[in-house]
Amino acid sequence: MRKKLWIYLALLVVIPGLIFTVSCAKKVTQAEPSAEETAVEPEVDTAARIAEEQAAQEEAAQQWEMAVEEDIEEQRQAEDAAKEAEMQQDMAAAKQMFENEDIYFDFDSSALEMMATEVLKRKADWLFETADASIIIEGHCDARGTEAYNIALGDRRAESAKAFLVDIGVDESRLTSISYGEERPVDPVANAEAWAKNRRVHFVIE
Amino acid sequence: MRKLNITKILTVVCLVGFMAFLPAAGAEEYEYIDISNPFLRKIPTAIPRFKNMSENKKGEVLSVKLADSLSKTLAFTGYFKMLDRGAFLADPRNPDITAARINFRNWTVIGSELLLTGGVAADDDYIELELRMFDTFQEKMIIGKRYKGRESNLRQIIQRFCGEVMFHLTGTRGVFNSRVAFVNAEGGVKEIFISEFDGYNPRQFTTDNDLSLFPAWSSDAKWLAYTSYARGKPDLYIMNIKEKNGAVVTRKGILITPAWVPGKFELAATLSFSGDQEIYLLTGRGKIIKRLTTSRGIDVEPTWSPDGKKMAFVSKRSGTPQIYIKNVVSDRVRRLTFEGRYNTQPNWSPRGHSIVFSTMQLGRIDIYTIGVDGKDLRRLTEDQGDNEAPSWSPDGSLIVFSSNREGISKIYVMTAFGTDQRRLISLPGAQTSPKWSPNITNQ
Repeated sequence: MRKKLWIYLALLVVIPGLIFTVSCAKKVTQAEPSAEETAVEPEVDTAARIAEEQAAQEEAAQQWEMAVEEDIEEQRQAEDAAKEAEMQQDMAAAKQMFENEDIYFDFDSSALEMMATEVLKRKADWLFETADASIIIEGHCDARGTEAYNIALGDRRAESAKAFLVDIGVDESRLTSISYGEERPVDPVANAEAWAKNRRVHFVIE
Repeated sequence: MRKLNITKILTVVCLVGFMAFLPAAGAEEYEYIDISNPFLRKIPTAIPRFKNMSENKKGEVLSVKLADSLSKTLAFTGYFKMLDRGAFLADPRNPDITAARINFRNWTVIGSELLLTGGVAADDDYIELELRMFDTFQEKMIIGKRYKGRESNLRQIIQRFCGEVMFHLTGTRGVFNSRVAFVNAEGGVKEIFISEFDGYNPRQFTTDNDLSLFPAWSSDAKWLAYTSYARGKPDLYIMNIKEKNGAVVTRKGILITPAWVPGKFELAATLSFSGDQEIYLLTGRGKIIKRLTTSRGIDVEPTWSPDGKKMAFVSKRSGTPQIYIKNVVSDRVRRLTFEGRYNTQPNWSPRGHSIVFSTMQLGRIDIYTIGVDGKDLRRLTEDQGDNEAPSWSPDGSLIVFSSNREGISKIYVMTAFGTDQRRLISLPGAQTSPKWSPNITNQ
């Protein structure tokens, strides 16, 4: 029994000692550098390396995070630019469509056809979205008929389109009408197809 | 200025009636020509070469040149059938020019009812002309005149004598003191030009380098109103022809088709500032006096009766463009045209009784006249392309119009009955919208 007790006591002393040695290695080396110096040295090296590595890893992680952050920002900017471009493209397309899409009339008529009213509704939408734009509404005729009467007819066509836009809420002060009669045909050929193309109201953004 | 000098020379120096026998104005003088007669008979007329009374080279050249010029100027009226000089029996080298010496039988046997003779004496500076007209069957002189002027005045002297001839035959002095304004188109630009009555000497009047349209003469021929896009839209310009200044009338919408009230410094024109194309009466400065039409829809192209009491115009009030007449005194309006679905471009005859206009039918445009009472519709052009924008000569005997019968649009002239259709203007571009001026007296 005594023998066993001794061993326990010894263990009680040695183990905490061992634990102490490991956990407070530097203190031990600093306190007693002589005998254990060589043995402890690598241990110090390892700890520092670990710390260094940790620091490096942390730094790398941080840099990566920054990189990622930067990437995201760039991506966001690119996306925004693309969106912007797309929007501008859409706007340009809408603008182009606005200026390219004419409305057409029957011979000697200034009455708005169903198709024409659909187009005019789109014109109004664009005008609502583009609040700062003013437009010129040009009335045109085909080459048949006589010159003066056609200027009067072109005037009526432009006025019909204008009245429709005003009716659905476009501010009249943004709309100017002008008649060219038969003076400015899009297609000067003398056939039914060309005449139909020339009997039009054309829209120009000021 | 040049014109003034010529007039002075003509009136002060030259215009000397030298024959005692000048018939008083009376009804029997007009029996040669009745311009209201639709079955126009041209008077067979002989104009031999003139007698060279100065016996020099210049006189020799002028004796043929002036006879040709007289023949051509008179023939322009459409009233004369000029006989071929090759058929003349009298000696062409030594023509007899006075009643005492003329053998009238030489002229009656070849069918000539009128004989016009001339004598020319030319020195370095001046030219003297003796011009006579004879009735060959009655063997008597109808007109005898002597003129003196420079070579540059000769065209005017011939025209003056032709005016005398026409006055004795028809009671009016014809068209020789008138001009024609028209629109000349080249490369998308339309400018107004003015030429003499026979198309001679066309000169550019507007220089806007844009669209200038619908010229209209004031009844004293001193003002020209027209529409121009020079400021970006169809505005009304009222210009003094000599001074080239005046008023620009600009309002919302169109300002087109001016027409001067006879004898007044006022004009009617179509304005659309109200949103509707209506005809208004304006002062010569462009101020609105009153509105002349009140129907919803297009009202355009006014033209005045010679007394200024009635106005014909185009209106779409019945669904298609038709011609109406408004009595501006009583305010009554009546429809004039019922045939066809597109009657526009009315122009009221200075003789008062009829209106010339154009009709579009089956895509073709042709010129008609109609009595002011709506009767007597007559077609003047047919199967010769599109014929548009008719305008009466100041004596009501001729009509100027545009036609694309030769391809691009050019200016033509014809008699009031549609005969003698011929080209008036030779310019390279396209010409449209001719307007014949009144006779010009004090310019």
